[in-house]
Amino acid sequence: MAGRPHLLSILTAPLLRENPVTLQILGLCSALAVTTSLATALTMSAALTVVVTLAAGIISVIRRHIPDAIRLIVQIVIIASLVIVIDQVLQAFFYEISRALSVYVALITTNCLVLGRTESFARSNPPIPAMTDALGNGLGYSLILVVIGAVRELFGQGTLLGVGVLPLAEEGGWFTPLGLMLLPPSGFFLLGGLVWAIRSVRTEQAEAAEFGPAAPTEAAE
Amino acid sequence: MAKADRPGPWRRFLALPNDSRTKTIAVAFAVSATCAILVSAATVYLRPIQTANRAAEEQARIESLVRGIPGMSALLERSGGTLSTVVIDLDRGRAAETVTPVTLEAALADPANWTTLGPGEDLAGLGQRPDYAQVFLLRDGEDVSLVLLPISGAGYNGRIDAALALTGDMNTIAGLSITSQSETPGLGARIEEEAWLSDFPGTRTRDDSGTLRFTVARGSAGSVYEVDGITGATRTSNAMTRIIRFWLGPDGYEPFLNAVRRGEF
Repeated sequence: MAGRPHLLSILTAPLLRENPVTLQILGLCSALAVTTSLATALTMSAALTVVVTLAAGIISVIRRHIPDAIRLIVQIVIIASLVIVIDQVLQAFFYEISRALSVYVALITTNCLVLGRTESFARSNPPIPAMTDALGNGLGYSLILVVIGAVRELFGQGTLLGVGVLPLAEEGGWFTPLGLMLLPPSGFFLLGGLVWAIRSVRTEQAEAAEFGPAAPTEAAE
Repeated sequence: MAKADRPGPWRRFLALPNDSRTKTIAVAFAVSATCAILVSAATVYLRPIQTANRAAEEQARIESLVRGIPGMSALLERSGGTLSTVVIDLDRGRAAETVTPVTLEAALADPANWTTLGPGEDLAGLGQRPDYAQVFLLRDGEDVSLVLLPISGAGYNGRIDAALALTGDMNTIAGLSITSQSETPGLGARIEEEAWLSDFPGTRTRDDSGTLRFTVARGSAGSVYEVDGITGATRTSNAMTRIIRFWLGPDGYEPFLNAVRRGEF
């Protein structure tokens, strides 16, 4: 139970096996909105990872003294305060990117992923495992954002982190940017494709069909 | 601090059952107070940096706006100083109180913010004139070293839009730039050409008594108040005279220019 292997498994589990975005389908709004370029995806990932880790740590420290009746509001106040601080820091030191992220940094407050981790894990575990778990989930979220952000920027603009990778047709190259990649639907397509790919490889993640044609045996109940 | 036999008030408080009313209120208060301090500290500490960021962005926006006016960026580089923008109330010659560069467009959509010009006043053939205009000021230290005034009026074939730059004395022309025109190609349209525009810098607009003397001459300029006329484009030349005279006159920027001369900007 104790020791490094345990912490390591807490850290790595959310990367693929229990990825918060592709398995739990949490935090989609921001995952779709900020992935038009790799730079915004990276900044958003870093902001969310910092917030979720710090929030998990703080909540885990005071977990024995949070009255049950107000536990959600206490958690949200802590998360919201951290988010405001991060937002202010971004506005001060990464102004361009904070403008590109606009309201989505502030919306980390309502990101189910953060409250999900503090409510389900940090509230009942000591600070070190809680922060490790939060960090792992933050990284799992980041992984998905970075993958989608990279694909959308690469095919939408032919660049990665603003550096030209594919030679653009209008500059004499062969690549014509796919405008669709920069539009919100492509975020859905890519995320859906990613979920499908992960669940094809890791079949244990696939959910049982909830609604389907009734099997004959069930119909004869 | 707490004695071994009797726990201190802090320990006793922590030992309270979590759902007791005292502890619920105390925890709620403690969390809110801590978070309030955290957020306020971050905001107060980072505000100067954020303000500087916003100012830098505004500056970049203005500069890109001015650089879009052909010929003006070279002028700005020669003059040096910092560029700022202000919306002025033309009638009063002061900075507008309620209109900002951001809300200017919305304000000008309102017919109440336009003044209809009588036949005698309407030199530029505009019909009506907005009450607010966005001008650019270049400052060298405290003093205004250059103003950039958007001007417009009816040419021979259609509307002419231009930007007129005046030096710090608000009298000498620093440059003129035509931003849009539809004059006759090869004749009136030559107002866009550098050869003609280069005659403007150094031209005076008023004499020592304050009378507006600026004219586009018929033929070659004969005085410091004149620029050369364009051969074969008398109507366009006259239109330019009237447009510049209108905008430098009492219905144009004169109240504002006087205010700048008085050092109000």
